Amino acid sequence: MTIPFMSLNIEQIRKDFPILARETQPGTRVVYLDSTATSQKPLAVIEAMNDFYRRSNANIHRGVHTLAEESTAMYEGAREKIAKFINAVSSRQVIYTRNTTESINLVAYSWARANLKAGDLVVLTEMEHHSNLVPWHMLQAERGIELEFIPVTGDGLLDLDVYRALLTRGPKLVSFTHMSNVLGTINPAAEIIRLAHEAGALTLVDGAQSVPHLPVDVQALDADFLAFSAHKMCGPTGIGALYGKADLLEAMPPFLGGGDMIREVKLRSFRPNSLPHKFEAGTPAIAEAVGFGAAVDYLSQLGMDAVAAHEHAITEYALERLEEIPGVKVFGPSADKKGGVAAFTLEGVHPHDVAQILDQDGIAVRAGHHCAQPLHEKFNIPATSRASFYIYNTKDEVDLLVNGIYKVKEMFG
Amino acid sequence: MDDLYREVIIEHYKNPSYRGHLDPHDISFADNNPLCGDHIQVDLRVDNNGIVTDARFDGHGCAISQASADLLMETIIGKPVEEVKQLNKQDVLDMLGIDLGPVRLKCALLSLKVLKAGVYGLGEASDSLVE
Repeated sequence: MTIPFMSLNIEQIRKDFPILARETQPGTRVVYLDSTATSQKPLAVIEAMNDFYRRSNANIHRGVHTLAEESTAMYEGAREKIAKFINAVSSRQVIYTRNTTESINLVAYSWARANLKAGDLVVLTEMEHHSNLVPWHMLQAERGIELEFIPVTGDGLLDLDVYRALLTRGPKLVSFTHMSNVLGTINPAAEIIRLAHEAGALTLVDGAQSVPHLPVDVQALDADFLAFSAHKMCGPTGIGALYGKADLLEAMPPFLGGGDMIREVKLRSFRPNSLPHKFEAGTPAIAEAVGFGAAVDYLSQLGMDAVAAHEHAITEYALERLEEIPGVKVFGPSADKKGGVAAFTLEGVHPHDVAQILDQDGIAVRAGHHCAQPLHEKFNIPATSRASFYIYNTKDEVDLLVNGIYKVKEMFG
Repeated sequence: MDDLYREVIIEHYKNPSYRGHLDPHDISFADNNPLCGDHIQVDLRVDNNGIVTDARFDGHGCAISQASADLLMETIIGKPVEEVKQLNKQDVLDMLGIDLGPVRLKCALLSLKVLKAGVYGLGEASDSLVE
């Protein structure tokens, strides 16, 4: 990285997250290694939402009273912050959704149904989360579109030679995860997008894992769509965003119909509202938007380069320590090619049992297929245990994880 | 926790007595726990009097799911199918001798769900079979 940055003061950061002081049982403090599923929330976010309900709550838009004006300004102000965070040209290009899944579905329902016909090709990858598979399966059943998948190599990278070959078939869309929620692989998004554009395809980037953990710049990437969730980046559940290029969003038909997404309604017709409101039907998650804005402020103040550097250091250490345990196999590429995720198996012990025994020591890891069943089938394993790291995790916590795994081995020995 | 992973559970997980297949068999059924991908198959032999004469399970999953399958096979051999149909959640918990939270309960009950779907001749092992 060329831009100098201050390294994070983890001790200070931990104080911002009240839940990290939680004891799961007397004397056992929680060791939260499940941020890939959802991150914890700093006080700044909790208090922003609390203050909104205590001081400013009202429905947005159209209201002329003080509270309505205030809540509208807060809701739209958060959108500005989010747009700036991903370097969008305009906040009009940031649509609030419920989460990454809904953002992808918005593209599948609105853009894809207006633009794809039977036989059109959509390229995905073998490392997608179910949220970037099932909407396309549904469209395939409805429309007869075709799906192809960029394969994952044994060391957890995308096979770009196969990708280049797939592009010669003229796909309409390439939809791929920026960072795998299982392997941790950080995919070369800019290159994937450039190649797609050269072949005349649009791109949808699943940023659920990348936006919380890496600097993401939609203009530098030249992404057509970017989907992400607040709750994985220190924000509340129930809100996410879809970024899109303005001309694409302008041309797309509305997704859900109802209040707020209209300019004019007659008994037998309507005219849709302009961006971004065209895609936001009904009363949205207002307090959550305020919380999303506070989360973006929090991360911006830390600096995403510093966030990524801290996670890289933790991940490097974790991989080193995990791989020294006999019987442990970590999936995915080496630390320099991945984010803060370590999905592993322990020989002879099911991942559920690993997770349950670790929980006894307050260590929170996830076990299962992590909504990426096809990827687990590819590696011929039913499930993995997954430890994941964020700004508040320390090397001491990695040591606790490693000690816990030794304890599991002893029980099943 | 020491309760949850009682010696008996680890023992049945590591050294199951009834893992395998029956060929021929009278009843065979398999299903997954969609939450964690655990898989259980159950094969039964039933005689003319409706008595389970032999039972085997196969599959993969956590210690709780595999141990409860083994214990379940042990329990039903020699019992009338009509009695097997009456087995419920509490019977499995009694076999395991532990209490489980809602997530792990699904692991423990997978084999009973599969078994009951098989003896009732159903196409799918639904949760309602074990409640």
